[in-house]
Amino acid sequence: MGKNNKKWVSILLTVLFAVITVIALTPVVSLIVASMRPSSELMRQGLSFFFDPAALDLGNYLAVFSEEGASYWQWYMNSLIVSGGLIVLSLFFSSMVGYALAMYNFKGARVIFMLVLFVLMVPFEILMLPLYQMMIGLNLVDTYFAVMLPLIVAPVAVFFFRQYCLGLPKELMESARIDGCTEYGIFFKIMAPLMGPSFAAMAILQGLTSWNNFLWPLLILRSNEMFTLPVGLATLLTPYGNNYELLFSGSVLTIVPIVILFLFFQKFFISGLTVGGVKG
Amino acid sequence: MERSETMSNKKSFSLKGILRFLNSRKVAPYVFVSPFIVSFLVLYLYPMIQAIVMSFQQVLPGQTTFIGTHNYQRILNPTFFQALGNTATYVFFTVIILVMIPIVLSVFLNSKSLYFKNFFRASLFIPALTSVIVAGIIFRMMFGESENSFVNELLGLVGMEPVQWRYGAGTGMFLMVLLASWRWIGVNILYFLAGLQNVSEELYEAADIDGANPWQKFLFVTMPALKPVIIFVATITIINGFRMFEESFVFWENSSPGNIGLTVVGYIYREGIQQNDMGFGAAIGVVLMLIIFVVSIVQLKFFGAFKKED
Repeated sequence: MGKNNKKWVSILLTVLFAVITVIALTPVVSLIVASMRPSSELMRQGLSFFFDPAALDLGNYLAVFSEEGASYWQWYMNSLIVSGGLIVLSLFFSSMVGYALAMYNFKGARVIFMLVLFVLMVPFEILMLPLYQMMIGLNLVDTYFAVMLPLIVAPVAVFFFRQYCLGLPKELMESARIDGCTEYGIFFKIMAPLMGPSFAAMAILQGLTSWNNFLWPLLILRSNEMFTLPVGLATLLTPYGNNYELLFSGSVLTIVPIVILFLFFQKFFISGLTVGGVKG
Repeated sequence: MERSETMSNKKSFSLKGILRFLNSRKVAPYVFVSPFIVSFLVLYLYPMIQAIVMSFQQVLPGQTTFIGTHNYQRILNPTFFQALGNTATYVFFTVIILVMIPIVLSVFLNSKSLYFKNFFRASLFIPALTSVIVAGIIFRMMFGESENSFVNELLGLVGMEPVQWRYGAGTGMFLMVLLASWRWIGVNILYFLAGLQNVSEELYEAADIDGANPWQKFLFVTMPALKPVIIFVATITIINGFRMFEESFVFWENSSPGNIGLTVVGYIYREGIQQNDMGFGAAIGVVLMLIIFVVSIVQLKFFGAFKKED
């Protein structure tokens, strides 16, 4: 292939990807544009291609920050509490389990690992009705704890941390023991810091999963003031709740924390995935 | 040394002794894995047994009656088969789209001859950050019924009639598959890109020496190297496909015309929660689990994932 030819291939490929990217980003851009259009106009003509750019303003965002948006911010708080709590709890517990499975030879380790893989295959949806019944029995319906419970020891995270820990140097454990470090001290003071990238990758994945989680919160949450964002926004989707101002501006604001989380940990995300997700 | 430690432990059965016991190398791993064991027993094993028990019961508030296989007999009804058919169609299309397109795109994204690679990678991942509900809100508006909705306007520009997207079986399925594909292609691209990092350059050089063209290199070097990732992505896509509920919920809130959007999980939700018939809902769940197991095993066998050399 000649040099010129090669250049043309590059340009063609780049144009192709530019087109794909435009298509992929169209929905997000239309959401942002819609959030700045007057709701009367949206009501009348829907998400039209032909709109008056001069009429764009931040009016819909005022609705979110007015009294109308009170329950929206309550949902926001609930989502922040649940997702924040879950990131902390699930990283803590899942990393412990994954670490032990990778670093210790103990009786039953294989069985436990097989169970982790088995649980990965069991769809949550078949466990949902008995769990729901259990939550009713324990009087936990409509609580933060009940929303978080199924994700606290996520098998995906356990699997991921195990794969990551397999690459850590075991000799460090031995020398720490000689220095008089306890088994837990070894984990918390020496190994956990080495697991940094995997914590970052899992923080993104678990945060994303929990922030966007829908079916279980829909089931377990009863009162408007306990709703998480997806459940709350879904109530705006019903035929009775066509509150367009809140629906669109509220949806845009929903993406903000996820983008922040992503930008914050992005550097480690792909390297973490490379090690954990794919080697099997 | 260890013996003297246990001796002193016996003398004073104190907090210190317990701590030393917990810290031994034999016990510590069990302490570490205890969160999983507890959650397995409480959140998986018990509910799974309970789901099977419930599937043979009529569950009413305050009383449960054993009714044998009655729930399972009731499953054999047209609505269930429609839900199963919808779910199977959805799985079929999402697997094809979410495996094939990301492979091709990731190979291009990995090639040296593409400009702005990192920008494209990041942009294609953005849809994954949106929740199904938020994405569904946009898609519902873009694919609205009126001729003023975004997509119908585009169709109008090429002289086509507006489409009643959410009211036809085919277009309804198209919307669900499109929403899922839009959200997940970027994620799967990342998995494949990660897999491509493990393909050694030497293999391509060797192929070059043998005079292989780009297509042959893709088929005989890239594809075999990506096989573990393909198995992984296909497996999670199939399992997630059978579990689908949200994509359908955002378009129809569980009451689609003629059940065109009803999925198996949607059926569990409708019968188990909305109709409060938990025994029947549990039975549907058990059937769903069996289907997923069979499909996963067949799929993994087909890919040869059980062979030793992998």
